[in-house]
Amino acid sequence: MALKYVSEYRDGELANILIEGIRSNVFALNRLKKCENLDESNEKLRFMEVCGTHTMSIFRHGIRSILPDTIELLSGPGCPVCVTAQQDIDAFIELSQQDDVILATFGDLIKVPGSFSSLQKEKAKGRDIRVVYSVFDAVEIAAENKRKEVIFCGVGFETTTPTVAASIIMAKERGVDNFSIHSAHKLTPPALSALMQNPKVEIDGFILPGHVSVITGTSGYQEVFDKYRVPSVIAGFEPVDILKAILMLVKQAISGVAAVENGYERAVSQSGNIKARDIMNQVFEPCDTLWRGIGLIPQSGMKLKKIYSQFDALEKFKIELKDTPEPAGCACGQILMGLKTPELCIMYGKRCTPSHPIGPCMVSSEGACAAYYRYKG
Amino acid sequence: MDNNTILLDHGSGGKIAHSLLSEIIIPLFNNDTLSRLDDGAVLDIAPAFQYKKQIKEVSEQHVNQKEFEVKGQFQNPAKEECENRVKIAFSTDSYVVDPIFFPGGNIGDLAINGTVNDIAMCGAEPKYISVALILEEGFPVDELTTIIKTMAEAAKKAGVVVVTGDTKVVPKGKADKIFINTSGFGVIPCGIYVSGSNAKPGDKVIISGTIADHGITILSSREGLKFDSDIKSDSAALNGMVKKILSISNLESKSLSESDNLSKTDTNSFLNSTCLSEQKNLQSNYGVHVLRDPTRGGVGTTLNEIASQSNVRINIWEDALPIKNSVRGMCELLGFDPLYLANEGKLIAIVSPESANRVLEIIKQDEYGKDAAIIGEVAAIDPPDKADQFSYEKASKETFGVFLKTSVGGFRIVDMLTGEQLPRIC
Repeated sequence: MALKYVSEYRDGELANILIEGIRSNVFALNRLKKCENLDESNEKLRFMEVCGTHTMSIFRHGIRSILPDTIELLSGPGCPVCVTAQQDIDAFIELSQQDDVILATFGDLIKVPGSFSSLQKEKAKGRDIRVVYSVFDAVEIAAENKRKEVIFCGVGFETTTPTVAASIIMAKERGVDNFSIHSAHKLTPPALSALMQNPKVEIDGFILPGHVSVITGTSGYQEVFDKYRVPSVIAGFEPVDILKAILMLVKQAISGVAAVENGYERAVSQSGNIKARDIMNQVFEPCDTLWRGIGLIPQSGMKLKKIYSQFDALEKFKIELKDTPEPAGCACGQILMGLKTPELCIMYGKRCTPSHPIGPCMVSSEGACAAYYRYKG
Repeated sequence: MDNNTILLDHGSGGKIAHSLLSEIIIPLFNNDTLSRLDDGAVLDIAPAFQYKKQIKEVSEQHVNQKEFEVKGQFQNPAKEECENRVKIAFSTDSYVVDPIFFPGGNIGDLAINGTVNDIAMCGAEPKYISVALILEEGFPVDELTTIIKTMAEAAKKAGVVVVTGDTKVVPKGKADKIFINTSGFGVIPCGIYVSGSNAKPGDKVIISGTIADHGITILSSREGLKFDSDIKSDSAALNGMVKKILSISNLESKSLSESDNLSKTDTNSFLNSTCLSEQKNLQSNYGVHVLRDPTRGGVGTTLNEIASQSNVRINIWEDALPIKNSVRGMCELLGFDPLYLANEGKLIAIVSPESANRVLEIIKQDEYGKDAAIIGEVAAIDPPDKADQFSYEKASKETFGVFLKTSVGGFRIVDMLTGEQLPRIC
């Protein structure tokens, strides 16, 4: 299976042209600032890549090493595992400990340490925890194991939530009533809004997530953008896509006119995937929810609607979310908001490493700390 | 160790697996041979007189004695080291792959080829193999027969003989279908010294073909991952390729040394190559410094092990890595890095710059080496002041390691795999 549009967007020559463009525009920007006697201490451009897949791609292709020093890239709250609150992780673990249960999860989640254990450790103790690649596999497992309860760990953004919604609809239609989920799904625009309204967060531009935008469309960000007017560019995940988005952000910085631009036209439309959103909204409704390290963000979570409450694992097993403190000293929250880079966390590389992670940013392959550690910033 | 129970990660071949080795296993067995962490143990086994006697007997039986005398095998006092030692490589490996049948092979040929390769990577010619089976009650005899048949074919193809074995059956559920252990040994021709600790600055890094084929095959064959794909495991015995690499670089070093006037040489028999070796400069290593098969943990982890053992930097180029399009596509979909996926029929050769092109040609002529490529080079730990094509300013201060120049001109560290690679969420 050869994937198209991969090597084309990793073309070294094209990348070089874009890098030259970024360099010359940054140079021009700095000269212009000088002419206008603007504060020079502020000359660094701080761009945040919201999505964890972008973080990984930036590290994997060594993009930081080829950018001018005056551009700083920060990793944002877009790694689904990283933003999952400790109480949700603990709930997943508690669910896995119930009798006659098969817990189905995406792979990234199993190593995240909860307050007392992790899914990986529970698996080693003999709990039936299975890594699946699609929520539909979990429904199949439920259909094949009628005597067991199959619970799916619902984690992810607009990209994942519609498929989970579709699986619920499917389970209902097929009468697979031994299937349930705990939904820790989250929405992207409210998180962006929370970031922008935090006065401590100084960001000159957002590289917006490509996959999420396929669902939301460019219009999905309009409300947040209209309120805060921070330059934003939707980007694909290949190195050429990311360099192009950075160039577009630098150009916005020169023009001084902020906009939401689409740098990923081959996948993202103005209106997005309406059908996927309809399915998501048929099953889920927005709710206030806790984000790891950031705290409560209003209307940023997705919970099952009343009519689907039979699929709510917490209700089924009478488990309540507990107030759980995050690990002391863990700076994941500040890192997710661009207030700190991983090496400024006192535990980074010492107590917290990929072999022995404390915070989720070190666990997920898309987490900022794991990426810093793996590729040494 | 951070954990009080064994996790799957402890068997991944990555960092967590290394912690098990370095914190428990190596200190408790406590010996130098094990601590070297090469693919197999290299052992001196026979006292001088036995070895000489053996050589003499064999030579009288099968080889023209005069030829030996002309070559001066027994007369040359400078080659005392060779006369006094027989070195063997000894290795063992257990196979627990799931699924046991997969495109391109099954657990049986994997078990033969894996141990053959581990022995070959020590510079030895594998000869004898043991096979131990652990079977789960209820395992179909048909499947067992197929597996054993495949093992016999693989052994025959690799030129090794299965000479001893063991079978155990455990109650249903106490093992997963079939586990196989193979051990084996081979003799290292005198003068051959390849080791993970032998990479030298300036050396070139050669990979014998496309990477990640086996790893992605197993992942896509596993239950729950139903992708149509033309990819298959690369499981193959590489002792033939190793022999060619070592014998031809051997000849090359002869022509370089010009120390004798030997005519045509036959490198086919172990005995002959031993004789030849003795006439070469024993320090030369024939330009082939390291041979390793990048199995679990993939090319990335293996290169890190070599960099650590040899205390060097290894620079590799993303554009030069041979990867099948189908494998690349699967890796993109699942979020796997091909540098960390297993290979079962590939070797990494680290060779002197002078012999690199020649060795590459030899590998390319082998049936398992047609996609071979030079993928990087070894550098000293202290980068030269005139920074080379990698930007050292942005490199970490680590003493050794593996560094990748990406296709867009970026630069990053390739760390050792931590635990098992897990599929990403979105």
